[in-house]
Amino acid sequence: MNNFTVEAIELTRLYGGREAVSNVSFTLSKGEVLGFLGPNGAGKSTTMKMLTGNLAPSNGSVKICGIDMMESPKEAKALIGYLPEMRPLYKELTVDEYLTVAARLHRVSSGNIKKAVEIAKERCGLGHMSKRLIENLSNGYQQRVGIAQAIIHSPMVVILDEPTVGLDPIQIRDIRALIRELGSDYSVIISTHILPEVEMVCDRVQIIDKGKLVFNGAIDVLKKQRVGNKLLIGMHNPPSVDAMLKIAGITEAEALAGGLMRVRFAEDATPAEAIVQAAVKNNWGLHQIAPDQTSLEDVFMQLTYQEQTEF
Amino acid sequence: MIINVARKELKSVFASPMGWVILSLLMFAFGTYYLNGVNDYFAVMSGAMRPAERTGVTQFVAQTVYGLASFIMLFAVPLLSMRLISEERRSQTLPFLFSAPISLTEIVLGKFVGLVAFLSILIVFIALMLSTLNIWSDIDFGFIIANSIGLWLLVASFSALGLYFSSLTQQPVVAAILTFVALFALMILDRFFAGDPSNTLASLSLMRHFQSFSSGLIDSGDIAYFVLFITTFLTLTVRRLDADRLRG
Repeated sequence: MNNFTVEAIELTRLYGGREAVSNVSFTLSKGEVLGFLGPNGAGKSTTMKMLTGNLAPSNGSVKICGIDMMESPKEAKALIGYLPEMRPLYKELTVDEYLTVAARLHRVSSGNIKKAVEIAKERCGLGHMSKRLIENLSNGYQQRVGIAQAIIHSPMVVILDEPTVGLDPIQIRDIRALIRELGSDYSVIISTHILPEVEMVCDRVQIIDKGKLVFNGAIDVLKKQRVGNKLLIGMHNPPSVDAMLKIAGITEAEALAGGLMRVRFAEDATPAEAIVQAAVKNNWGLHQIAPDQTSLEDVFMQLTYQEQTEF
Repeated sequence: MIINVARKELKSVFASPMGWVILSLLMFAFGTYYLNGVNDYFAVMSGAMRPAERTGVTQFVAQTVYGLASFIMLFAVPLLSMRLISEERRSQTLPFLFSAPISLTEIVLGKFVGLVAFLSILIVFIALMLSTLNIWSDIDFGFIIANSIGLWLLVASFSALGLYFSSLTQQPVVAAILTFVALFALMILDRFFAGDPSNTLASLSLMRHFQSFSSGLIDSGDIAYFVLFITTFLTLTVRRLDADRLRG
């Protein structure tokens, strides 16, 4: 008996012969936030639709807490809260009415509906919006109603498709905080194409490109790949590359424009102090030294680019 | 679960003025015909000398009102059924229902029950209105019950067809027009075969099966026709929605 809340096994989806998603497998454990990352049209939404039973996979299967989505869809769907990319809101209803409908359809027992609605509203900061028509709410608040709808029945898995698209920075921050909070109670899957977002809220990340999974691992792995053992040094009189390589621990050096130099050092070495001493001694005119971070974007580009070169 | 979907539909209808306006306008039309029917009854009957020409007040008034009702529903039902699925498709709210733990059959039945429940309000009101005749005379309740059942089955068939056409398109207006044209064709089908009443195609006509009810007769053959009609279109709707899930 394993504790996976979500198991996707070799999911494949064909659209008229073209593979929108091919052979995607992954698992998710309780209390994890999984970030689903990929450029536009990579198959993120298609995968999420298959996970929630909105789309039948051409091949492969989905299991939610061990329950097969194809065999017993009702039981499996009861364990999922889903917010699609386009918010499925009935705009003619008020927030309370809408959430009540959502609770009823998700089999919350009639005695607990009021309480469930209150809790969901409180978590999403909607308390003072109860009697407003959804139509009249701002974009950010509509998004919160969408999330409230997804968590109203305390599901095991919450799946949010691009939850921060089109929101202002403050709303984005609030929603990210909310997702983080949800992550402590539920398993959460979010999809996005904003990389820093993944770093901020996710424990694990999956990068999908052209329907294929190109990276699947803990966020720390991605971060490590990103930070690396690199220093960026700025000097007024830069020395030759060979001179730099003589300093103990440095394995690689590369001269850049504007007196900058990027050096790579061995795993256990800390050459910063030696570099500064050498710079002072040889009058290199050191004015800047800092760890060199590859942006997450670069890592992302690398990963998706590698995939392309395989063909 | 069917009830919960139906409740949601009813809530949507009454959340906007649409539902109330339709109810009141239709009741106004039926009320006017009822009033005219009562007035005409005295005018016509005072001229009818021979006993064979005389009909009861129930039949005279109710036939006018139910005749109008079956005709008006031809326009009203497409307008009400058009948004059931196409509107959800257009505003992308279908995933809300699809990802809830309810089956497609329950979704379709729920929407159908919701619409029929709304229209049933009208049928009950018409029956109540006609029953007020009983204050002044002794009316034939059996006739009203038979007509109510007939109208109810007719309206339910309209709704099932409307629901199906609504599931085919994203545009509510297109759904309404398609539903209206299809219903109209089915209604007047028997007119084309007036010379040959035994033709099989003629018996597909909805109006023909309503006729026995409107003369106060509850015929199990006609009930079976309506039930089959409703089942067919509800099944087609479920299959259409299932195709969404399979083909995307």
